[in-house]
Amino acid sequence: MSNLTDFNPVRWLMRNPIWGFVLIVFIFFSLVSDHFFDYRNFQNILVQTSTIGLIALGMTLVMINGNIDLSVGAILALAAAFAVDVQSWAMFATWGNWQILPAVCLALLVGIVLGALNGFIVWKTGVDAFIVTLGAMLGIRGLVFVYTGEQSFYAMNFAYSDFSALSVGPLPVLAIIFLLCSLAVHWVLSRTAHGRNTYAVGGNREAAVNAGIRVGPHMMVNFMIIGFLAALSGVLLSTQMGAATPNLGRDYELWVITAVVLGGTKLTGGKGDIIGTFGGVLAIGILRNGMNLMQVPAFYVYVILGSILIAVLFLDKRFNRTADGGLRL
Amino acid sequence: MLLTRLKAGGPAIAKQGILVAFILFMIAFSVMSDRFMSADNIMSVFRQSAIIGVIALGVTIVVIGGNLDLSVGSMLSFATVLVVDLHDKIGPELAIPVMVLATLCLGAINGFLIGILRLNSLIVTLGMLSAIQGLVLIYSGGQNVDIVDHSGTWFAIFGRGAVFGIATPIIIFGVMALVFHIIMTTMPFGRKVYAVGGNPTASVFSGIPRSRVVFTTYLISALCVAVAAMILGSRVMGSQNNVGQGYELQVLAAVILGGTSLLGGAGSILKTVLGVLMLAFIQNGLILMGQPYYTQWLVTWVVIIVAVWLDVAAKRGRLFSPIA
Repeated sequence: MSNLTDFNPVRWLMRNPIWGFVLIVFIFFSLVSDHFFDYRNFQNILVQTSTIGLIALGMTLVMINGNIDLSVGAILALAAAFAVDVQSWAMFATWGNWQILPAVCLALLVGIVLGALNGFIVWKTGVDAFIVTLGAMLGIRGLVFVYTGEQSFYAMNFAYSDFSALSVGPLPVLAIIFLLCSLAVHWVLSRTAHGRNTYAVGGNREAAVNAGIRVGPHMMVNFMIIGFLAALSGVLLSTQMGAATPNLGRDYELWVITAVVLGGTKLTGGKGDIIGTFGGVLAIGILRNGMNLMQVPAFYVYVILGSILIAVLFLDKRFNRTADGGLRL
Repeated sequence: MLLTRLKAGGPAIAKQGILVAFILFMIAFSVMSDRFMSADNIMSVFRQSAIIGVIALGVTIVVIGGNLDLSVGSMLSFATVLVVDLHDKIGPELAIPVMVLATLCLGAINGFLIGILRLNSLIVTLGMLSAIQGLVLIYSGGQNVDIVDHSGTWFAIFGRGAVFGIATPIIIFGVMALVFHIIMTTMPFGRKVYAVGGNPTASVFSGIPRSRVVFTTYLISALCVAVAAMILGSRVMGSQNNVGQGYELQVLAAVILGGTSLLGGAGSILKTVLGVLMLAFIQNGLILMGQPYYTQWLVTWVVIIVAVWLDVAAKRGRLFSPIA
């Protein structure tokens, strides 16, 4: 795609089938729902997808790397709890609106540290990331409940909850953050040495070691990125609600993995990109939004999304014979 | 140091790492709480662990076969809501077989997609988790269901009854564990599951019907869920429509703690029982020590990682991974 005249939309869609799917559901809901094709609804969709989308960006990196992170929902909840709680600490009482700054910084730091911990354990012990982050998912969620005392925290500073209502021109600020992060991660993955190494490590770990890539620290960096993005997502979610509940982000890992797999990233590693993930996130966002507008009961949405996930896996297997990757942990 | 000695002096001990950890935990808790070792307490821990334990038996077989089953939690909600709801409508004599059949159908769908079509088990059962959760909500209309007449029904025996002073859930769990252990260690089917999980390609070349074996492991998993649903529904005499939420993770934690490799081909039913009991005793011990409920999740985190780490380390012969 370096030369725009070479750009062949049909071939591009063949390589990124999820965008064809996005197009179909977009047209479908535009036709069947009176409220769907409206620019305020598009803003809604972008805001609704931003929280899952941010984490999906990180999950793409981690999954291309041949790992998985199941602890993102718990990290999100802990970061949200920190972001809301720290604002009300007595030491920041006189800071006015600036009290939000240390709170958000601390929340993001929590995400990075927990991600680093996951990555460090995977690196040093050689235990599979699935097990490490499964344990972390339970453990960090326990930490959330212990820290919050099973209570919800409410943001006393209204500047914090007003933030999510801001928009720059036609774009809500949450959507802007998501789009910027997507661009940044896309750039990292497609233009930097770290991105190339991510593919190399996921594609063939031994070859990567022989090529002189320090696999351990490299994987740790990707876990730190997803930790940061999960924490950012938690902060944004808590600004939307003006509160942080201990159950926040439950089942998010499932949604995120669904989005990333829909986007064509292989669980076995070595394959995937942000353009696909963005399509996967958008597909889920449009489906949920459209079905919501058509007043499909939430119950059916679960069934439909589950079926779509399995169908995509089936089609992928039929049409993409190289993708014979059963997960071999 | 420790590991080289373990390897040289006692490979048997290194292999029993989970058992050693289990005994150490039991000793520590007995010292710290004088109620811990009472017969009443031990019985109640056994009884509480039966539901997760029964499901874990089935999941162990699936994992030994080289796959995963994340849909057991949703399936448990499904089966419990179904059996409780039908109990009042058509009586337990019919409700139980209907529920078992319906649950087996879900297992068959899993088995078909993963065993026959060879789709990725993590993603398929993830999709099934979501889809079945939706089914439960559609069926129940989002309402919780209850058994209205508590007194006259023999259904109560599964969760609340006792035989010779031993609670029924314990007996069910114990008998099933024994049967599954015998199947996996002495019968041809058990050998086939190990072979398929250990090396799928080789197993096909040696004439093992790989698709059918994987299919059967998912049927077994569904059957275990059905049994667990009987215990759960009978104990509560009702069901919330999300009652099984999160069970898949606790079950998986128990299976992993029992030393079953997620790579497939290795693992043992009896060690899964040990893993289930270890999680249950940790939870119980911490509560007796006055810790808040959620502290056990933190401890579980540490225990899982350390246990699996030692297991992996013993196999590779060095404590830290050789990853650069």
